[in-house]
Formats: sequence, C-alpha cells, structure tokens
Amino acid sequence: MTERRLTVANLHSWYGESHILHGAEFHVNRGEVVTLLGRNGAGKTTTMRALMGVLRKRTGTATLDGHDLLATAPHRIARLGLGYVPEERGIFSSLTVAENLVLPPIVRSGGMNVAQIHDLFPNLKGRDRIIGTRLSGGEQQMLAIARILRTGADFILLDEPTEGLAPVIVEDIARALGTLKSLGLTIILVEQNIRFAVANADRHYVMEQGRIVNEFTNEALKADMSRIDAYLGV
Amino acid sequence: MPDIFGVPVVVLLGQIMLGLINGSFYAVLSLGLAVIFGMLNVINFAHGAFYMFGAFVTWLCLSYLGLNYWASLIVVPVVVGAFGVLVERLALRHLYRIDHLYSLLFTFGLALAMEGLFRYVFGSAGKPYPVPEALTGIFNLGFMILPIYRAWVIVASVTVCLLVWLVIEKTRLGAWLRAATENPSLVTAFGINVPLLLTLTYGFCVGLAGFAGVLAAPIYQVSPGMGSNLIIVVFAVVVIGGLGSIGGSILTGLALGVIEGLTKTFYPSGSTMVIFVVMVLVLIVRPAGLFGRET
Repeated sequence: MTERRLTVANLHSWYGESHILHGAEFHVNRGEVVTLLGRNGAGKTTTMRALMGVLRKRTGTATLDGHDLLATAPHRIARLGLGYVPEERGIFSSLTVAENLVLPPIVRSGGMNVAQIHDLFPNLKGRDRIIGTRLSGGEQQMLAIARILRTGADFILLDEPTEGLAPVIVEDIARALGTLKSLGLTIILVEQNIRFAVANADRHYVMEQGRIVNEFTNEALKADMSRIDAYLGV
Repeated sequence: MPDIFGVPVVVLLGQIMLGLINGSFYAVLSLGLAVIFGMLNVINFAHGAFYMFGAFVTWLCLSYLGLNYWASLIVVPVVVGAFGVLVERLALRHLYRIDHLYSLLFTFGLALAMEGLFRYVFGSAGKPYPVPEALTGIFNLGFMILPIYRAWVIVASVTVCLLVWLVIEKTRLGAWLRAATENPSLVTAFGINVPLLLTLTYGFCVGLAGFAGVLAAPIYQVSPGMGSNLIIVVFAVVVIGGLGSIGGSILTGLALGVIEGLTKTFYPSGSTMVIFVVMVLVLIVRPAGLFGRET
C-alpha cells in the first residue's frame, strides 16, 4: 500500500568549503507529511536546498519516483513535481502579488486555480496589484505556498512555514496544510515549532550535525513528547 | 516669431527636435545596457561596438547582397543578436561567478577588437548609406523643416522602447526576467531555465543595439568609431537614469537628447559636456540615479 516516493541515502552537501550534510538518509512515502526536526544548523534547510538543486555541491543519492535528483539539471527538478517553499519565502519585490502567484510554470495538471487558492487563503483575495513584499509576513507565507499549489506540484518542500508568524496566522497555515494532505500531496516539513509539527505530520526525522539521528512516528511522539526534548532542548 | 532669451523660437524648436533624434539613439542603447546590467550584472562596454557592427552589416547587406533598408531592419538585428548569443555562450557566462570587473574588461576588450578589425578591413573613413526612398523628403512643420527619415527614427525608436518596456513590465516573460534578476536560484527551482533566459536576454539587447545601428546608417556615417563616440554618452545616460531601471533609461535617454539640443542653442560650446555635468549633479543628489532604487 505504501509507495515510496523519495529515497535519500548518504547525502553529503557543502556550502563552499564547509561540509554541512554528512550522509543524511531518509525516505518519504506517497501522501505522507514528514518533518525534519532539529536545532539550527542541523542541516534541515540544506537538505531541502540540496534536493532542489539550489545547492549544487552534493554527493550521494536522492531519487524521486525513480528519477535521480542529483543528476537532474536544477531547472528540470520542478518538472518532476517537486515544489519548493523556501524559508525566506522568496516573494519577489519587483513583482506584484498576482505576478508572484503565477510566476512558477505549471508542471503538472491538477494544480489549483486562482479561485481555489483564494478560497484557501482569503487574505490574498483582492490584493493582486500590490507589490508582493508589501504583504505581511503571514500573507507572504501564504503566497509562497499558494504559488506552488498552482503549479500542480505534488511533492512539496515546506521550510519553516510558521517561523515568526502570529498564532492566528499559524492556524491558517495549519488549515492549509490539512487541505493539502487531504488532496493527497506528499510533504516534507522543516519545523522548529514542535507543536505544529506534531499536529500536522505523520512521521518525524531528527537531524543533528548533518545526519538523521532518529525517527519517530507521530503516535510515538504524541505519546511521549519528552523523547524529542533531548534533541531540541536547550 | 518671438524670441526666448534672444533665441528665435524656430531655432529652439529645431534644436529640440534634433535633440530628440539623438535622444532616440540614447534611449534604445541605454535601454539595452540597463536590461543587460539588471539581468546579467554585466556592464556591457561592447554595446557601442555592436551598434557599429549593426550599421556595418546594414551597409554590407546593401553593398554586397543588395539587401535593402527594410530587409536590413529585420535581418541585421537578428545577425547582430546571434553574434551576441555566441559571445554570451562562449565567453561572458564563464565570468558571471567572478568579479564584475572581469566582464567589464572582457566587453571593453571585445569592443576594441571589433573596432580595430573593422578599421583594418574597411578603413576609418565613413561609408555613406542612402536614405530609403520611401522615407526621403521632408515634413514642413512651419517652425522647422524635418526630414521624414529623422521623424521615422524617433517614431521607430520610441515604439521599440515602449514595446520592450511593456514586455518586461507587463508580461509573464517579463515577470520571469524581473524575478530572475532578484533571485535566480529560486526561479531555477521553479523550473525556469535561467541560463537560457540570460543568453536570450543578452542576445536580444545586443540585437537592439544592432537595430539602432540600422537606424543610424542613413544619418551618421557608417564608420568603425561611431560606437565608441556614442557609448560614453549612453553610459552617462544609464547612470543618470539609474542602473537597472528600464523605464528610467528610456525617459532619460530622450530627455538628455533634448537637454543637449537646448545647450547647443544657448551655449554651443557646452553641448558636448552638458550630459556629464547633469550626471555629476544627479550623482551628488541621488547616487542611485533619477529612477534607481536606493539599496
């Protein structure tokens, strides 16, 4: 029943001279929401950037639906159905909200149309002509997610979607995440907010110093939150 | 007719018109420079040489292939643009990762080499190019006699500039270009082939310089030095308008042409330096240029 979509093994990656990922190993099945947890600098964002080809210096294997991601040209990776919502959100200041929304090309059929996106994120409605970066942080996050949903990408990398957002906005993001999950999308979520992670994910990987050091099912973590404290606690 | 500061209005309007013609060339060339700088972060010193190249290809087409002006208007920008694509693919793209200075030096060297080559082959003397028959003759505007060809230059350049501006500011392709200027790696992650986009942008802007060369052939003498004479002024225009500002470079180009024309009327000996005086003043007041965004 479970179909494996992404398999990552022995993934190493470098920023210039500094070696960040030291053989990360994990997998994601179809329709799962999987988190990468860990302290700052553990390599979560780097993992996403390496998978997307934003970071070019990497070795190891990463296969998505049988395609070798490391051998795929960076501009072709999105065509495999991978959508990226970066940590810094990446809303363009020279583009309006509407232009930001339709910027990424459609990669598959089955993406949301603009009306559906406005239903999911009512805050974006009627804001078309505003410069993208004039939106509030939460709205920019919504826009960053929305523009990926439009492309039909069915495997989404979400990097810290709740970072720095007010609780009421976090609820909106959580609701959107629930919708995506019900649509059968596969998601990797990098998250510092452990409550948000537990409320929205199926499985959790813990990263430390560029490696995956543990794995929890959501039930296990829910039953005993203290297990994660050792990894994340100060 | 009345006088303004002792200058007959007729003369004044005539100079404004002439200024607009020069301004048209400034606008087309500085537009290309601004787009190339915005997208590729390259200060394209070879832009004047590409303009000269365009004028020469136009002249060669007529002299050796019997290709008339109208055909050249299409063919020459394509030929010059294709040459630009080659330059980007073979050389420029290897310089993006290192300091700006290298691409500046490379394009500067390329300009010198092209100019030298043309001088070697064709000599320094200007080649005359006839005004196309359909555009010969004059408009009598009452206050001045305007050769039809010069009116055509203004109309053609302004139209092309507006079209380019519309494409960049209002279309999806333009949105990709703007986004790729801001954050190329994210745009790539969205599935857009940014290196290809850069190559085509460079080729297009170089083609635009070639287009200006075609327009110039019947007005100015086609000579190897025609580009280097113009490009310094065009750089000043881009700096005044604000590096990377598309609309700014178009407006500034036209406006400075007019200012130059006016200076010719009131203080002829200052006309060759007025643009640089404006540049200095603008840089003092607004270092990012009139339309540039402070960063």
